[in-house]
Amino acid sequence: MSVLAIVEQRMSGEVLAAAQQFGSPVSAYSIDLPYTADAYTAAAEELIRKVNPALVVFGHTYQTRDYAPRVAARFGTVLISDVIAAKPPVFTRQMFQGKFNADVRLAGGGPHFVSIQAGAWRAAAAPAAVEKFAPSSATSRQVAEPPFRESARAVDLGAADIIVSVGRGIKEKENLPVVESLAQALGAELAASRPICDAGWLPMDRQVGSSGQTVSPKLYIAVGISGAIQHLVGMKGAKTVVAINKDPDAPIFELANYGIVGDLFEVVPALVEEIKKGKP
Amino acid sequence: MKIAVAIKQVPLRDHPLRVHSAGTWIEEGNLSFEINEPDAYALEEALQLREKHGGEVIAISLGPARVSQALREALAKGADRGIHIHGDPATLDTLQAAHLLANALKPEAPDLILTGLQSDDFGYGQTGVVLAELMGLPHSTIIMQVEIEPGKVRVKRELEDGWFQHIEMPLPAVLTIQSGLNKLRYATLMGIKKAKTREIKSVHASELGALPPASLTIDKIYAPEKGKQGQILDGDAKAAAAKLVEKLRFEARVL
Repeated sequence: MSVLAIVEQRMSGEVLAAAQQFGSPVSAYSIDLPYTADAYTAAAEELIRKVNPALVVFGHTYQTRDYAPRVAARFGTVLISDVIAAKPPVFTRQMFQGKFNADVRLAGGGPHFVSIQAGAWRAAAAPAAVEKFAPSSATSRQVAEPPFRESARAVDLGAADIIVSVGRGIKEKENLPVVESLAQALGAELAASRPICDAGWLPMDRQVGSSGQTVSPKLYIAVGISGAIQHLVGMKGAKTVVAINKDPDAPIFELANYGIVGDLFEVVPALVEEIKKGKP
Repeated sequence: MKIAVAIKQVPLRDHPLRVHSAGTWIEEGNLSFEINEPDAYALEEALQLREKHGGEVIAISLGPARVSQALREALAKGADRGIHIHGDPATLDTLQAAHLLANALKPEAPDLILTGLQSDDFGYGQTGVVLAELMGLPHSTIIMQVEIEPGKVRVKRELEDGWFQHIEMPLPAVLTIQSGLNKLRYATLMGIKKAKTREIKSVHASELGALPPASLTIDKIYAPEKGKQGQILDGDAKAAAAKLVEKLRFEARVL
């Protein structure tokens, strides 16, 4: 099966590795244009018609999510998105927020379209050469302004040795002191999964995950966090992971070195007490 | 301004799920359902835009009979009318689902179409983008802010690692909405009463043109293999906490 890898800077090594696993020959291109959805959709369409591959592979980046489904639709097919493993023509992806995996089989004629999850493939040791593709035209209805960051981050979670991170399981803003006392007892930074910051219970600069900060502390204690992939990509570099959650099937336990299945409102205060006990 | 919002009904978060006997979907029998979270934010954004700019909000959903409950909820929160496409999204791929939504929405010619960036069940994250392609409209995804200007829309799009970008495009357009861009409202008693008088139009999937052929089939759905290295510390809260502190001090040596 001939494979076309369409790469951007982000995840390029992983995409090339996946492409090599999926088939051969592999050709690899980056699109030589400033990004807009319309411009990249047209450019990818032109590139695919030129290369005529059986399978097109992308990294599952925010950019891919923005335009690749549109490219696939233009070829009368769908993008199999966020793939974590593959034995072509069967691709495995997560469903129901990581509670299940699904084995998905390509149907119909090609080209087929797949995007791979960040971290699911190790970057290729000897990657294929990437050529630049300059499309014949670049019209776009979208007009993009340069990327920006909101104000400078007040909190650099990346530097923290210990992080106590809180998720939906905390239920209400009024319950936050429960985890704050744990962070205090450990001298840890307090962090959160996205829904907590969305709700405004903690500031956005304490969010860990794909749209927040990426952290790699010595110890990461996930309290009431189920472990959606968007969160896991931000913290899987932690050396030791502890998960406290009432749902034994929560995906966070897959990543945890130590897990406690139970009510955080009982477990966390007990933990605080134990930690304080050992201290002079 | 006419705004359409595509909402999906998904199993309640944190509901225990079981794979059904055929192994390709979940057992729906005892489940409760809710509006997919990013779709709820899309609906809220549509309601706020209508409050600012006038016009009407149409909520549209594809699904079996139970979906009328999600549409009623949307009406109770303030949507002006609903469209229920009767069909089974569990058996449709995103191109097929978007095809049904597109054909139901074309006669409405909305100025703006909003939907959530992805569903909590399949999580393909494509329906809005494919809908835009099928309707020939410009789109943008993972939107954190929407400003309507004459004939166009300016949005704030989320990028990775805390970066954002402003994008402008002409109307009509399709936007996929990120959770958290606004504050969700609750339906009021008055809203629930009013919703009863509002119209939900029923359309059957078979009335919306021949489906495109399936691009994929699901072989099976299964629980992921359990990780190997993790230790679950049992006992009551106090015992588990004591074990954990000991492990962190003397085994992992991180305290």
